[in-house]
Amino acid sequence: MANTKTVVPFTGTAEQEAKLCEVIAAHKGQKGALMPVLQGAQEIYGYLPIEVQKMISNGLDIPLEEIYGVATFYSQFTLNPKGQYKISVCLGTACYVKGAGDIFNRLQEKLGIESGMCTPDGKFSLDACRCIGACGLAPVMTINDEVYGRLTVDDVDTILAKYR
Amino acid sequence: MEKEMVNIKINGMPFSVPKDSTILEAARYAGIQIPTLCYLKEINAIGACRICVVEVKGARSLVAACVYPVAEGMEIITNSKKVQQSRKITLELILSTHKKECLSCVRSGNCELQKLCHDFKVDDEHRYDGNNPEWPKDDSAVHMVRDDNKCILCRRCVAACAKWQGIGVIGPNERGFNTHIACAFEQNLDEVACVSCGQCIVVCPTGAIYEKDQTDEVWAALNDPAKHVVVQTAPSIRATLGEAFGMPVGTNVTGKMAAALRRIGFEKVFDTDLAADMTIVEEAHEFVERVKNGGVLPMITSCSPGWIKYCEHYHPDMIPNLSTCKSPQQMFGATVKTWYAEKMGWDKKDIVVVGVMPCTAKKFEVQRDDEDAAGSGIPDVDIALTTREIARMIDRAGIQFTELPDEEFDSPMGESTGASVIFGATGGVMEAALRTAAEWVGGKPLEQVEFTDVRGTAGIKEASYQIGDLTVNVAVVSGLANAKKLLEQVKSGMKNYHFIEIMGCPGGCVNGGGQPVQPASVRNFVDLKSIRAKALYDADEAKTLRKSHENPALLTIYKEYFGEFGSHLAHRILHTSYTERSRF
Repeated sequence: MANTKTVVPFTGTAEQEAKLCEVIAAHKGQKGALMPVLQGAQEIYGYLPIEVQKMISNGLDIPLEEIYGVATFYSQFTLNPKGQYKISVCLGTACYVKGAGDIFNRLQEKLGIESGMCTPDGKFSLDACRCIGACGLAPVMTINDEVYGRLTVDDVDTILAKYR
Repeated sequence: MEKEMVNIKINGMPFSVPKDSTILEAARYAGIQIPTLCYLKEINAIGACRICVVEVKGARSLVAACVYPVAEGMEIITNSKKVQQSRKITLELILSTHKKECLSCVRSGNCELQKLCHDFKVDDEHRYDGNNPEWPKDDSAVHMVRDDNKCILCRRCVAACAKWQGIGVIGPNERGFNTHIACAFEQNLDEVACVSCGQCIVVCPTGAIYEKDQTDEVWAALNDPAKHVVVQTAPSIRATLGEAFGMPVGTNVTGKMAAALRRIGFEKVFDTDLAADMTIVEEAHEFVERVKNGGVLPMITSCSPGWIKYCEHYHPDMIPNLSTCKSPQQMFGATVKTWYAEKMGWDKKDIVVVGVMPCTAKKFEVQRDDEDAAGSGIPDVDIALTTREIARMIDRAGIQFTELPDEEFDSPMGESTGASVIFGATGGVMEAALRTAAEWVGGKPLEQVEFTDVRGTAGIKEASYQIGDLTVNVAVVSGLANAKKLLEQVKSGMKNYHFIEIMGCPGGCVNGGGQPVQPASVRNFVDLKSIRAKALYDADEAKTLRKSHENPALLTIYKEYFGEFGSHLAHRILHTSYTERSRF
């Protein structure tokens, strides 16, 4: 689930924090300030970990729970960073009937993470997606811009090894 | 100004109702209580649960009565077949994910969902059974348990926490079928800055939030022949306990309460009021000292453990302003385990002090640091029960509460004054302190003991009194959202006070998080805070002794043990310290 708390250690920089403070200052006191600030924060950090949400809570004087509630309500927000290699498995109808579910499970098992999460070393993130228009190659997954088609469960290990 | 009225029809009958009413309010004029689940006056008008739906002539569909305003000529039908069917289906849908544990549920008998299911004859509890999420029960906090499996997502707790208390540690997480009430990042309650006030408990319509029941621990102590089990009851319990036995709101049951506690088997039935009087003499002494010696001002009262925890989490810079006095509950326990234990020849390790409190934060308070005057490992108070828990004990013991004779507290720690009785209402501590401080500084008996400016249920009250040479500016606050507002004004220098009383719950202890639960149908239409408070002010007026420093038992205790007010020994036994806590 995309809302699972991240296992990747926070590595925010002072520069990012200064940027976030600017975004907060620009919206502080306005009605409905939280949404644009969350969007800005996600743009700066790529995701919304507890460290960032606490900064927003302090800055806007909004309870942390309220912020977390909004962040987990909208699918545009994520609590997990994207990895150096973004793995996306198509679970659209064609891929699914060709066994994409098994491939997805194998990836979860090999990487030790669930859908929407990122490995602790920041290397791989895993997401499920819908049809990417390559049904002829089903089942399909992408790693960054690379497309892998006609996959079998056994292919997963060899493909991952390339990126390790 | 005369209220502007509109003419409407409810179920065919004509009524004239104030223009700014909702349909829900207007229906009360017709003697009709439209059922609600999510609606809570002033803080939770969100029209979400759909139980209050009614037909309005000309409207496209059923409308939510709790948020729909009346208009001239409106025709409303509250009980048609269509309305009843809709409400019944809504109930069945709520039940589809509700953990139906109704036989033993703590709220069985006063559960709002259970009552509605009964009223609407929901005879198939499993009509829409399906996928059922299992939520982990959060019993991490010392004072309460949250069980999302019984939650109906009405958000009344969320509103109480965020709007009354300005805290917001619980709220809806995720969306759709996964929506559930929890803390940020799914942390447990004991990991976040919850102040333990329990306002979420008293507004919950079901058994999803409840105090951590400690009645079995008390029964175990009562059944142990080696233990001396001493009970003390807080000032406000006498004004509310009757409600748990169907008596009208605001009935003073002091005598029946003492009788019931004796019948349960407590060895001594004492009154926290005595310790409230001790709090006043210590606090008034501390205040006079601070004024004389240029100490930190404004001084802020420390009786309310919810407020104390709030201050430690959210305003740690104000800790030096807190009075170092322990709360009455803790002063009482400390005195029992020192002075009284010596007097009785009891081993302090064999004493079990039970507090009956209007408050769930008292459960947190008993296990705080520096609340063990009789020695390390010997807490001043062993168990703090809420009003609801003691009512449960009375029920289990088969005691016919309403038929009991009025009995007295035991001597000597059952003696009290009018000043301590009013501790249970917002403004009561301030008034009691003023009675004593004014008399001490003035050096002559007060002619007028009533300080009425600090009475009433307004969230923030201010007054100025001439005490000796000093014009004392005081403020009285209840509800932590109000406290936040006031503290910000104090910090910015906008307001200048000498003495501030803060109680964590709106209206003070009479409306505490440990008090009997009243359903929304009562809460939304009856002013619980003032009716319960009136019982205390009436009791004060009926007392001959109305000033704390005149309490004869208190004078004996100081003469025999503590010496002067504010003495070194009094400081060691009756005062405490505070800790800075994190906001997250």
